[in-house]
Amino acid sequence: MPLEILKTLSDETFKKKVMEISGENFHKCYQCGTCSGSCPMAEHITVLPRRVMAFLQLGNREKLEQSNTPWTCASCHTCQVRCPRGIDIPKVMEALRLLQLRRNINQIEPSSISKKEIVDLPQIAMVSGFRKLTS
Amino acid sequence: MKISYYPGCTLKTKAKNLERSALACFDALGIEYEELPRWNCCGAVYSLADDDLIHIIAPVRDLIRVKERGLDTVMTLCSMCYNTLARANELMKNNEEKRYTINTFMDEEPDYAGEVRVVHFLDYLRDEIGWDKLKEKIKVPLNDLKVAPYYGCTLLRPREVALDRPDKPTVIRTFLETLGAIVVDFPSATVCCGSYQVLGNPEAALKVSHGILDDAVKNGAEALALACPLCDYNLGFRQDAILNSFTDAKEIPVYYFTQLMAVALGIDPAVSHFELNRESSLQLLRDKKLISGAAS
Repeated sequence: MPLEILKTLSDETFKKKVMEISGENFHKCYQCGTCSGSCPMAEHITVLPRRVMAFLQLGNREKLEQSNTPWTCASCHTCQVRCPRGIDIPKVMEALRLLQLRRNINQIEPSSISKKEIVDLPQIAMVSGFRKLTS
Repeated sequence: MKISYYPGCTLKTKAKNLERSALACFDALGIEYEELPRWNCCGAVYSLADDDLIHIIAPVRDLIRVKERGLDTVMTLCSMCYNTLARANELMKNNEEKRYTINTFMDEEPDYAGEVRVVHFLDYLRDEIGWDKLKEKIKVPLNDLKVAPYYGCTLLRPREVALDRPDKPTVIRTFLETLGAIVVDFPSATVCCGSYQVLGNPEAALKVSHGILDDAVKNGAEALALACPLCDYNLGFRQDAILNSFTDAKEIPVYYFTQLMAVALGIDPAVSHFELNRESSLQLLRDKKLISGAAS
């Protein structure tokens, strides 16, 4: 699928914020696709990590905010250890999550988790899930 | 020298089988330890945002507690705790600006600059105890037990805190070999089990976990050995859901590496709380005549 050329101007404020929060320069990405090929969640995400980098370079906030990618990323760091450009992609995903979470938009609702699940789940599942997916 | 042992939240309840079996192994191997007094939750995941230091406070506080005890090494059993503590420690060691901010913020605590060493039981076994010494202590070699070593993510990634080569780890393989087991290498050994996505996207996590188990089974493994309570939940506890959702799925027992070590060291299986594992776990050990029938 080809990348769509933006009809609107690149959202520079958004790009700057992602760079600030992640501390990563996504312009270093040369689109080799190693991250997408390594991602265990590849079949479940709407925008593969290589394309996340491309949309960031283009400042396409809309595409990224509509994607489920940061919310399906498990922060497994496989892309990070394999990136030939040394980009810490999980940090970029964290920035994309935080830009939404900091507007108080929860991705999961803790109160809607069933009692049975709460009994079954190990503590680290809940602590890490709430840390990553709630504001 | 005595080490400080950091349990973390899950090891006192859901992963009691990991803690109890490990502590029995500490005793059998003559590891002198004390549980860290007043430990708090490490936060489970390390904060990846550059502007978020508040979530680094919890693991740093634990490291300060270790330093206060006059000990230089803290050991974890849970891989997520290992990752969080080790990364926070690296930050305090190497990032002068953030170290200053954190130390100033925690003005009631003594300053900390990464003086403590964070280790996981696996690298402690490899680097401090040594495989030879472990081998000498084996009473019940795990002969004929075909085990696949499963690493997951947090022991190996990111590179700065990796126990082993992130792309080609050998530590659990050598560990299992030392216990006398037949090691079954499989390509998914370092693939993520889905982690906390069991909350965010449970179907995706289930499918990823199924892929890992399926890969282990197809390569001839009879069991999986791992170190993380969240991996154990996704690959062990949720195996019933996997068996229900995927027609090609096959049951495979999942053990904490410490439980297998406890068996090999001849420790009473009752100590290792196998009732918290899948039912098939105890049965497999009985079938292989590694434990007697009485334990539960």
